[in-house]
Amino acid sequence: MMSKLLRQSFLLLLVMTVITGAIYPLAATALAQLVFPHQANGSLIEVNGKAVGSTLIGQEFSDPKYFWGRPSATSPDPYNGGSSSGSNLGPANQALIDAVKQRIAALRAADPGNNAPVPVDLVTASASGLDPQISPAAARYQLARVARVRALPVAKVLALVAANTSGRQLGVLGEPRVNVLKLNLALDALQKR
Amino acid sequence: MTANDYLQLGLYLTVLLLLVKPFGSYMALVFAEVPNRVTRFGARAERGLYRLCGIAPDEDMDWKRYALAMLLFNLLGLLTVYALQRLQQWLPLNPQHFGAVSADSAMNTAISFASNTNWQGYGGESTMSYLTQMLGLAVQNFLSAATGIAVLVAVIRGFARRSAKGLGNFWVDLTRSTLYVLLPLSLLLSLLLVSQGVVQNFRPYADVPVVQASSYTETVKDAAGHDATRIVPVSMQTLPMGPAASQIAIKQLGTNGGGFFNVNSAHPFENPTPLSNFAELLAILLIPAALCHTFGAMVGDRRQGWSLLAVMLVIFIPLLLVCTAAEQAGNPLLAHLGVDQHASVLQAGGNMEGKETRFGIVNSTLWATATTAASNGSVNAMHDSFTPLGGLVPMWLIQLGEVIFGGVGSGLYGMLAFAVVAVFIAGLMVGRTPEYLGKKIEAYEMKMASLAVLIPPALVVIGTAIAVMVPAGVAGIANPGAHGFSEMLYAVSSASNNNGSAFGGLSANTPFWNVLLGVCMFLARFLLIVAMLAMAGALAAKRHVPESAGTLPTHTPLFITLLACVVIVVGALTFLPALALGPIAEFLMSMH
Repeated sequence: MMSKLLRQSFLLLLVMTVITGAIYPLAATALAQLVFPHQANGSLIEVNGKAVGSTLIGQEFSDPKYFWGRPSATSPDPYNGGSSSGSNLGPANQALIDAVKQRIAALRAADPGNNAPVPVDLVTASASGLDPQISPAAARYQLARVARVRALPVAKVLALVAANTSGRQLGVLGEPRVNVLKLNLALDALQKR
Repeated sequence: MTANDYLQLGLYLTVLLLLVKPFGSYMALVFAEVPNRVTRFGARAERGLYRLCGIAPDEDMDWKRYALAMLLFNLLGLLTVYALQRLQQWLPLNPQHFGAVSADSAMNTAISFASNTNWQGYGGESTMSYLTQMLGLAVQNFLSAATGIAVLVAVIRGFARRSAKGLGNFWVDLTRSTLYVLLPLSLLLSLLLVSQGVVQNFRPYADVPVVQASSYTETVKDAAGHDATRIVPVSMQTLPMGPAASQIAIKQLGTNGGGFFNVNSAHPFENPTPLSNFAELLAILLIPAALCHTFGAMVGDRRQGWSLLAVMLVIFIPLLLVCTAAEQAGNPLLAHLGVDQHASVLQAGGNMEGKETRFGIVNSTLWATATTAASNGSVNAMHDSFTPLGGLVPMWLIQLGEVIFGGVGSGLYGMLAFAVVAVFIAGLMVGRTPEYLGKKIEAYEMKMASLAVLIPPALVVIGTAIAVMVPAGVAGIANPGAHGFSEMLYAVSSASNNNGSAFGGLSANTPFWNVLLGVCMFLARFLLIVAMLAMAGALAAKRHVPESAGTLPTHTPLFITLLACVVIVVGALTFLPALALGPIAEFLMSMH
C-alpha cells in the first residue's frame, strides 16, 4: 500500500512540477512579452536608446538642485536595487528618532529659511528602500529650493511637478504621488536645451 | 481616518463579498462527486493525467489513506525544494551565479513552502536562482495551497456524507484544486500584474547609470589588519529581473505569501501601482472567503457557509479599523520634531516609516490586516515599524489561529474545529448531546477538534519561551526593549500558525531560528491536518440525526456571536500575558 502511494506521489509531483513550475511561468512570460513587453522588462526609461533607469525604481538624490526622494534603508548604499529593504526600526527606537532629526537638519541646511513642517514621507524610510515616489506635499516643500538653485521660475517647476504627479488610480485607489526620477530627468532636460 | 480611507476599505470589502457567491458555487461544482458542466470540461485531460500517474480516480480513500497520501506527497515536495536549493549552483537558470543555500536555511525554506507558510529567512533577489524559484518555491506555492483545499474538501465530506467509510480521493482533489482553481486564476492575475509593471522575464539583472552619482564609506581591513575606511563611488544601479509576476500571482492566491524579492509586495517590481495592490489584496482573501460558500453548498445548507463568513467579518472589520486608526494617528515621538503627519489632499500623513508612498496608510493597514487574517503573510509595508497598536492587530490575528479567513482550505477547516468546540460548549450549557450539521459531536470528535484548536497556541507559547531563554534566540533581536520581545513573539506566532509574515528586523537566518521555526511550521501544519482528517473520518461514519426542538441552529446571529466569542476567548486568554510584555507595554510607554 505504501509503495503504491509513494509511486503515485512521485509521478503526480513530477507532472505537477512540469505544469505549474515550467509550463505556467513560460506561458505567462510568453503572453507578458507579447502583450506588455515594456512593463514585463522593468518599465525602463530610455534616453537616446540607452536605459537610464526605471520609472518604478527610485534613485538616490541629495543635490539641492534635484527633488529628493524617500529616505532609503538599503545597504550598503541607499536605493540599492540589488537588495531591497526597509529600516525595520520600531516607532520608539532612538535610532529612528535620530535618523529623522538628521534628515530634517539636512533638508533645512539645503534650504535655509524654510521652516515649514516637513511632510512625513520625506523623513521616513520607505518599505522597499526603492520607493520611486513622494507625496505632492513633499514635492511642494522642495519646490522653492529647486527653483532657486536652478534659477527657474517657481511656476515652471510647479508645472513639471504637476506633469509628473499621478492622482488616485481610477479616482479612488492609492494615494496621489510624484515620480521623483522622472521629475528630475525632466528638470535636467529642460535646462540642457 | 479620512473619508477616502473609508471609501477604499468599503470598496474592497464590497468587491470581495460580491465574488464570494459566484466563485464559491464554481468551486462547489469542481469538487462535486457527480460529473457536471465544469468537470466535464477538463475530463479528458484529467483522465490522461491520472493514467500517467497510475491513479485510479474512483478509489474512495478512508481518512488514514487520505492522510498518508497527503503526507507522502508533501514530504516528497519538501525534499525536492531542499535539494534544489542545495544544488542550484550546478543547475541551469542561475544567471547571478548564486551558491548553494546553507543546510539549515534550505531546510527551513523547504518546510516553509511545503507547509503553506512561506516564512522567508533569506532575501529572494540575493539568494535563489530562477530555477529554484520556479521549480521549487512556485511549485510548492501551488501544491501546498491545493493540499489545503483538498483537506478542507475531505473534512466537508465528513459532515456531508452519511454512514460512509471514505472521504474522497486525495489525488483527484489535489489535481482539481490546481487545474480548475489555482492555475487559471494565477494566469489571469499574473497578466494583470504585468500590465501594471510587475516584471516577467528571464533576463539577468540590468545595470543602469544613475542620474546623480554618489558614494558611500565602507570599513575594510588594511594590510596590517587595522580598520580603515574607504570611499566607494556609486554610478550604477542594479535593477533585479526575473519571472516575478507568475510567482506573485500564486503566492497571493494560495495564501502562501513568499515574495520574489526581499521586501515582498512592497517592492515596486512586485506591486507597482494602487491597482496592482487592489488585485493582490483581493487575491489574498478571495479563495478563503469563497470557500465558505463552497462549504454551504456542499453540506446542502448555504446559510451555514454565510454564518461562518459572518463570524470572520465580525472579527475582521473592527480589527481593520483599529489598525488603520492607529497608523493614521502617526508616531507621537515625531510630532514635536517639526514633522507634518496630518492627512491632507497632498499627503497620506500618518506613520509612514516602512510604508510606500503609493499605498499610504490605508492600503498598508488593509494589507497588514488581510494578510494576517488569512495565513498569507505577504507584506506591502514593514510590520516591524508599525505603531504598537497597529502592530498588535496583525500579530493577534495570527494568534487567533488563522481562522479569520485563514489559509486556503486550512482557514476554514480550522474554523470548523472552532465550530465543533462552540456547539459542544453550547451543548454543555443545556445538557444535550451537541450536534453540528446533523452529526452528533462525541468524545472522539471533541478530542480531535481540541487538538486542532490547541496545537498552534501551544507551539507559540513554548517556542517563544525557548527563544527568550536561549542566547541564540535573543541574538536575533533588532529593536531594543519591549519591541524586541514583540519581534520574537511575532516570528514564532507566524511560524506556528503557518502565516509567514515577520517583524522583519529579527535576524532569523541563523541555525537556531531556522530550526525552531522549521519545527513549529511542520508540526502546526501536518499534526493539525491529521487531527482534522481523523475527525472527518469519524463524522463520515455517523448517521444523520434529524433536527429536533433541542437542536441548536447554527446559522443564527446567536450562533455567530457564540462562535466569534469562542475564537476570541481562546486567542485572548492564551496570548494576553505575552502581548502585555510586547506591544501593550510598548504602547503604554509611548504614552509618556
